[in-house]
Amino acid sequence: MDSYHQEKLHHTPWIEKYRPKNLSDVSSQDQSIAILKQTIKSGNLPHMLFYGPPGTGKTSTILALAKELFGPNLYKSRVLELNASDERGISIVREKIKNFARLQISNPTVQDLESYPCPPFKIIILDEADSMTNDAQSALRRIIENYSNITRFVLICNYITRIIDPLASRCSKFRFKLLNSENSLNRLRYISDVENLNIEEDVLMKILSISQGDLRKAITYLQSSSKLSNMNDDDDKITIEKIEEIAGVLPDKTIDGLVDLIMKKRVNDIVGFINDLVLEGWSIQQLIDQLHDNLLLDDKVDTRFKNQISLLLLDCDKKLNNGTDEHIQLLNLVLQISKIV
Amino acid sequence: MSLWVDKYRPKTLSQLSYHDSITQNLRGLSKSGDFPHLLMYGPSGSGKKTRIYCTLNEIFGSSIEKLKIDVKTFVTSSNRKLEFNVLSSPYHLEITPSDMGNNDRVVIQDLLKDVASTEQVDFSNQSSKRHRFKIVIINEADSLSRDAQAALRRTMEKYSSNIRLILVCNSISNIIAPIKSRTLLIRIPSPTPNEIGKILHNITEREQVQLSSGDVDKFYERLALASNRNLRRALLSYETLAMQSETINISSNQQLINLDWETIIKSMAKDITTSRNVSTIAKLRTTIYELLSHCIPARIILKTLLFDLVDLHHENNKLVEEVVSTGSIFDERLSLGTKSIFHLEGFIARSMVVIDKYIR
Repeated sequence: MDSYHQEKLHHTPWIEKYRPKNLSDVSSQDQSIAILKQTIKSGNLPHMLFYGPPGTGKTSTILALAKELFGPNLYKSRVLELNASDERGISIVREKIKNFARLQISNPTVQDLESYPCPPFKIIILDEADSMTNDAQSALRRIIENYSNITRFVLICNYITRIIDPLASRCSKFRFKLLNSENSLNRLRYISDVENLNIEEDVLMKILSISQGDLRKAITYLQSSSKLSNMNDDDDKITIEKIEEIAGVLPDKTIDGLVDLIMKKRVNDIVGFINDLVLEGWSIQQLIDQLHDNLLLDDKVDTRFKNQISLLLLDCDKKLNNGTDEHIQLLNLVLQISKIV
Repeated sequence: MSLWVDKYRPKTLSQLSYHDSITQNLRGLSKSGDFPHLLMYGPSGSGKKTRIYCTLNEIFGSSIEKLKIDVKTFVTSSNRKLEFNVLSSPYHLEITPSDMGNNDRVVIQDLLKDVASTEQVDFSNQSSKRHRFKIVIINEADSLSRDAQAALRRTMEKYSSNIRLILVCNSISNIIAPIKSRTLLIRIPSPTPNEIGKILHNITEREQVQLSSGDVDKFYERLALASNRNLRRALLSYETLAMQSETINISSNQQLINLDWETIIKSMAKDITTSRNVSTIAKLRTTIYELLSHCIPARIILKTLLFDLVDLHHENNKLVEEVVSTGSIFDERLSLGTKSIFHLEGFIARSMVVIDKYIR
C-alpha cells in the first residue's frame, strides 16, 4: 500500500476500517448469515428486507454479500446504493431506480467468473428505507415485480412498521437481533489488539454495557477514548471514567443524590438540584434512562409504585419526543415521582 | 471598539480558563491532527463555540479566523430557489441549516455532499500532518428535522475521510440515536459562579473598572447567578453596569441589569397570584401580544413565567407540584399547536385555578 492510501486509512474511522469484508466476519447474526451463504451457493437471491436496531450489522452484511457475489470489478455496474442522504422522492424512484432496474446486465469478464459467482442480476440497496415517503414506497411496488428477472431489491430499515405492507410482503424478511455480548466482546478485543490499545477487560465490558448491543457505538467509544488517552502521554490507559464521560453517562453518585431527594420529598431542593443538572448540560434523555434503571430494576420501591413510575416515565418520554422543553418536563417528572413514592 | 465578550474571547486553547479536562482532551485531539466527528452540547453561554474555534486554531493556525460569507443558492425538489448563508474560511464551513426550516434536508444533502465528495488539497503544508479533510460546523443541530438528520447518517460514514462534522447543540435529546453513535460527545457544562467571578475579576483589572468598596466576590457571584451562569450574559450585563456609572456600587442591593421582558414576565406572575379573575386574563393578553410582537418566543415566555411562579410560591410544595405539571402539559401543547396565544392564555387561566385551590 502506498503512503497516500496508508494516510487515508489512518484518517478513516474504525467503524469503516473494521467493517466486515466478507459474510463470515459479521458478528453473531448466525441465522441470517447461514441463509445468505446458502443463497450465494445457489446463485439466486430473493428480494430482501433487513430490519433491526442500529449497529447490528445490516448495512455491513449486504455490502459484504454484494462484494462476495460480484467482486470489485463488477460491483460498480451491478450494485446501486441509495440512502437517506440521496434525494428519494417519488420522482427519483420513477427515474433513477427504474432506469437502473431495467438496465440490461453487464457481462462479467472471464477472471471475474472464475473467482466470483456473478449471478445474472443487479442489486439495488435502499438503505434507511423507513425514511422514504409512503408515495415513494408505493411507486416501488410495481417496479420490484416488473424487473424481478434482472434486479433484486434489498431494503434496510430500523422499524419494519414504517414499511408499507405491500412492499414488505414482496420481500423475505431478515431480523437482525441485538448482538450478544460474547461476540461483540470478541470483536472489540480483536480491534484493541490490532490497534495496540492499553485496555482492561472490565473496561471493555463497561463499553459493551453502555452501548447496549450497538456494536457501532461500542467501536466509536473505543476509538474516541483511545484518541483522548493517546495525547495525554503520561497515561494512555483507558479507564471506565473516560468511557463514561465520552458516552455522556451521568455518574452514579448524581443519580443516587437525585433519588435520595425524591425519597425525601423536599420540593425546593429538587427544584434547585434539577436546575443545576440542566446547567451542567447533561442529556435529559440519558438521565431518564438511568433514572428508570435505578428505580425500576431495584427493590427499593414497591411494585405498585413501579407501575405508576413507568407510566410517568412513558408520559415524559412522549412529551420530550414532541419537542418540549427539557427543563420543565424533567422537573415535572421528578416532582410527580416524589409525590407518589 | 468591540464588546468585552468579543474582546476577551480566548483565541487559543491555552487561554481557556475553566473545564481544564475538556481543554486537555481537545488539545490531544488537535495534536494528533485528526479527530472523529464531534457533537458538542451544553447550555448557552458555556463556551462551546469558543472551544471549537480554539481547537481549530490549534490545528490549522490563525487562517481559520479569516472568515467570509458566501450566499449559496439551492433548488428544492419543487423547483423553488433558496438562498443560504455560509460562513467559511479556507479550512472550514459554518452553517445553520435550521434557518431553512423544512428545507434543511436539501442543504444537508447538497452542500455537504458537495464539500464531502471533493478532497482537500493542501500544498502549502508539506509536513506529515497534512489535513485531508475539511471541517463543517453545524449550528443548532438539535433543531434539524428528522429527515435532515437521517440524511446526515450515511454521509458521515461514506465521506468520513474527506470531511469532519462538528455539531453544536443545546441538548442531545432531539438528536437521533444513529448520529449519536457516530460522534464523539463532548459535554460543556456552564461555568460555576466562582469561575465566572474569576473571569470578571480579570476584566475588572484589565479594563480598570472602578468598584466601590465592599465584598467584591459577593458582587461577582450575584452577577453570575442573576445571569443563570451564562458567561456571555454575565459579561454583557457587567459591561452595561460599567457603562452606566463611573463607579459601580457593589454593596447596595440595587437591581442588577434585568432584561425588560423578564421584568414584565415577573410582574405578570405577580398579577396572576394576586388578582385571579377574568379581567386580569384580558389585561395579560395584551401584554403577551406585546411580548410576542417583540420576538420573544412563546416557549421562553411560558418557561420564564412558570419558573417565576415556582419562585413566588416556593414554600407551598403542593402548589409547586401542580403548577409544574400544568406547565408541562401546556408546554407540550405549545410545541404541537401553532397558535401560541391560546396555549399561553390557557396556562395563565389554569394556573390561576391551581393557585386559587391552594391559597385561600
